[in-house]
Amino acid sequence: MSRVRVLVGTRKGAFVLTSDAQRERWDISGPHFAGWEIYHLKGSPAEPNRVFASQSSGWFGQIIQRSDDGGKTWHQPGTPPGEPTTTPEGMPKGESNKFVYDTSAETGKPLTTHQWYDGTPHPWEFKRVWHLEPSLNDPDTVYAGVEDAALFRSTDGGKSWHEIPGLRGHGSGDKWAPGAGGMCLHTILLDPSNPNRIFIAISAAGAFRTDDAGKTWLPINRGLHSLYIPNPTAEVGHCVHRIAMHRSRPDVLFMQKHWDVMRSDDAGESWHEISGNLPTDFGFPIDVHAHEPNTIYVVPIKSDSEHYPPDGKLRVYRSRTGGNEWEALTKGLPQGNCYVNVLRDAMAVDSLDKCGVYFGTTGGQVYASADAGDSWSPIVRDLPAVVSVEVQTLS
Amino acid sequence: MIIRVTLPAHLRKLAHVEGEVKLHLEVQATQCSILDALEARYPMLRGTIRDQVTQRRRAFVRFFACGEDLSHEPPDAALPDAVASGAEPFMIVGAIAGG
Repeated sequence: MSRVRVLVGTRKGAFVLTSDAQRERWDISGPHFAGWEIYHLKGSPAEPNRVFASQSSGWFGQIIQRSDDGGKTWHQPGTPPGEPTTTPEGMPKGESNKFVYDTSAETGKPLTTHQWYDGTPHPWEFKRVWHLEPSLNDPDTVYAGVEDAALFRSTDGGKSWHEIPGLRGHGSGDKWAPGAGGMCLHTILLDPSNPNRIFIAISAAGAFRTDDAGKTWLPINRGLHSLYIPNPTAEVGHCVHRIAMHRSRPDVLFMQKHWDVMRSDDAGESWHEISGNLPTDFGFPIDVHAHEPNTIYVVPIKSDSEHYPPDGKLRVYRSRTGGNEWEALTKGLPQGNCYVNVLRDAMAVDSLDKCGVYFGTTGGQVYASADAGDSWSPIVRDLPAVVSVEVQTLS
Repeated sequence: MIIRVTLPAHLRKLAHVEGEVKLHLEVQATQCSILDALEARYPMLRGTIRDQVTQRRRAFVRFFACGEDLSHEPPDAALPDAVASGAEPFMIVGAIAGG
């Protein structure tokens, strides 16, 4: 019988929520890594009991954790408890925490600065891992999107990390600037039909695509219009909040931008707006129904300075037409005095029938719908502020 | 010599230790030599106290011993005899920040 595992990252630890396919009764474990910020956890599609977690702290920096038993136990890759802490050659382990920007001459254009908020050059400084994206078919390969924006890859299960330097070095990197949350690479989409194609998004630089497994990158921001930057149609500088795709149709992308909900039908070559009748087109997450590639979900937020739902009503909006025509989903969600936010990585879907939809709030609630959004109920109400939600459907 | 080191709670949990850590040191006791020995024994702490590349102390980490703040002393400076003899611990402390 199928089961569902929901991986929740919060400001003060990680939680693992599990249920059978009915999705009515939930077991909750955690907090794991209590007291640490857990920006993201994600399981390997190739080996579902392998789960990667980004654990960070303003005091003690970045830690990568891995579980090989579905989140029951954790270790830093390469340094499991009880094993020798040095290699046979006597070198200390502990490389899994090490994220160093590539400055080698061989890889081309080692960047030293990007733009600061005031437009002045600012040195590139690693701060944390925002997003972990395991390979679709190799359990040892995982990508990490980091702040300051760069893409790293591990091919040894998270033991060591190396930057994919072609992204920062493709030509516009010195013009990237941070958004309000920092200059983060927060979205990594792997094309299931083309292993050489990856989409990523950065706040506030925009969306980029590689068609050669990361060697070269293209900005894919044509059609975006951002009034908050000096040139609203610039090649880079857009504050993309999140991109989503359906695995059956990887050329169709949906984007929640700082303002505007957008769609591309040509793998990002061009975008058009699909905000339609949304009450506000500001927001953070966007996701696609597991079985209906034209059914998408967003959570409208009042504005860029008022990060809560309009009118204090928490509403998920669903479009069954690939955008423009949206319906409010409210059953089971608070429809008064609700002033939480839903962050960009805090929505996910399962692949059961009916499709389950999940999201977490900055108020610590994790809501689930077992009927594609028609009705909702909280799995848990009082966690620390939720940063990320991922779902694994297990057979 | 045996050096005593205290870690903040978050790092004790990461290193899977409780209470003080005791390190055997065969070189002069300095911030650098203590951290080298600590990271060799507990590699999961690499990068949490000092940057793995620059070796600079993380901004919100402080070092104390014998009632003194040693955070801004040179990393290779000899530590007080009481630390080297194990009479006093070398304290690694997370800076107080926030309410």
